[in-house]
Amino acid sequence: MNETNYSDLFDNLLPAFGETLEMCGIALLLAVLLGVPLGVLSYITAQRSICQNKLVNLVVGFFINVVMSTPFVILLVLLLPFTRFVVGTSIGPEAASVPLGIVAIAFYARLVEGNLHAVDNGVIEASLAMGATWLRIVTNVLLPGAFSGMIRGLTVLAVTLVGYSAMAGIVGGGGVGDLAIRFGYYRYQTDVMLITVLLLIALVQVIQTIGEKASRKVQK
Amino acid sequence: MIKFDNVSVSFSNKKGQLVNAVKNVSFDIEDGEILGIVGTSGAGKSTLLRTVNQLQLPTGGKTVVNGVDVGGLSGGDLARFRHSIGMIFQQFNLVSTKTVAQNVAFAMEIAGRSREEISRRVPELLDLVGLADRADVYPNTLSGGQKQRVGIARAVANNPKILLCDEATSALDPETTNDVLRLLKEINAKFGITIVLITHEFDVVKKICQRVAVMDKGELVEIGDVFDVFTKPQHDFTKTLLSHTFDLDVPERLTLDDAKPLVKIIYNGEKAEDAIVANVVRNYGVDVNILHGKIEYINDKPFGILIVQLIGTKDNLDNSLDYLSKNTYRTEVLNERN
Repeated sequence: MNETNYSDLFDNLLPAFGETLEMCGIALLLAVLLGVPLGVLSYITAQRSICQNKLVNLVVGFFINVVMSTPFVILLVLLLPFTRFVVGTSIGPEAASVPLGIVAIAFYARLVEGNLHAVDNGVIEASLAMGATWLRIVTNVLLPGAFSGMIRGLTVLAVTLVGYSAMAGIVGGGGVGDLAIRFGYYRYQTDVMLITVLLLIALVQVIQTIGEKASRKVQK
Repeated sequence: MIKFDNVSVSFSNKKGQLVNAVKNVSFDIEDGEILGIVGTSGAGKSTLLRTVNQLQLPTGGKTVVNGVDVGGLSGGDLARFRHSIGMIFQQFNLVSTKTVAQNVAFAMEIAGRSREEISRRVPELLDLVGLADRADVYPNTLSGGQKQRVGIARAVANNPKILLCDEATSALDPETTNDVLRLLKEINAKFGITIVLITHEFDVVKKICQRVAVMDKGELVEIGDVFDVFTKPQHDFTKTLLSHTFDLDVPERLTLDDAKPLVKIIYNGEKAEDAIVANVVRNYGVDVNILHGKIEYINDKPFGILIVQLIGTKDNLDNSLDYLSKNTYRTEVLNERN
């Protein structure tokens, strides 16, 4: 058993916390920027939807399924060449953000698609009857209608990403979860593990609370 | 003019079976009329209606609107065509994230109207449907009738020539139904918009339609003037559909007494105002026992049914029956006479 040096721990904890926020933040941003369009694309190209396209639907669906069904640790390693190509390095929090971002995009695309399905079909039919294009239906009916659900989805995604980011240590991504594994688990410092886990729980709680409040606020 | 030319629609359902929702339907809808399509659920009336604005493509035949084959339209042509056709729905289908005014404006934005035109016309439209004071509220705070009024304002926003109503009053209570029907009638009279109305309730047709098409199992079984179809249904299905409004049941024991003919007198229009029954009593010395009766007003024309028992000598009875059949719309003897 090692003695725990608390001042050392806090010196480590603060940057780790920053790394977690950085990785999850980048991934969330990517999820919003690319996951939303991907989810919309999957929804509108489906059979009998407003912009039916079998090929696009198949490709999008396949991408999402492949990413979601591959265990994250394996995805992290598989994507190393791609990561190196995108950020120029395969280690550090930026590098970990790439696979994390890809998972986030796929995961959020599915969540968004589910929220879009919850939008009343009759309203879409009414819009079509008025002569609306699919783009107008997406921007005026589908996205506003799914907005509150999408915020809730983003909360779920953020919480999941905090969990996934613990595995970022494999590529030297750092973060609170990594700290918990390295110090708490490998070095048997149970108190460190406990502190970091408590920190993670607090972080998840905060995300959940903000997410729920925001989602309720936009609901009409 | 809307022309259904041998229209058929079939599609495969979730179980993969082929469903023939509409079978070889042909009829015309004249400009400016209010035509009702009635039938039980699953009769194909909604599917047929949807071929008018290509929400449904016919799999056979074609729907022609003002000389244009609707099935042949696509892209921008289809969008422009749809701007000239309004539609209202059973579940109103308003955009819940837009206010009342924004919902109406939405239809005009889609049609590419200018901002100034929209801001000028939306209040006019809300005024027309009596919701000027609810412009900035969201639909979920409105009652069903109010929601349908917003639906109507939205549907007529682009001055359409045709208004399609898909069970527009089926989710409303009877009083609200009447309000909405009155509004539709007003819009038809004011703007000359052709209204095609789908319903499973003959009462709705009776209140505002001039003509009615009856559909059963995907086929058109009868079409004609509402008064004619109502008073003289030709097809068995129509008779069944109407039976609940017109079956005046009398106890069976009365029909058994064949010495006293039980007569169903149907009278309409101007004859309804003559004192026919009184004349029978006076001129033929026959006693008239009124057992049941009902008067309906269709397009403001009275249509009445009386079930009476005639009591008198055989000659007098024959003469009075003769008089009745000559002076009423229809006279039927309900029990067999020997």
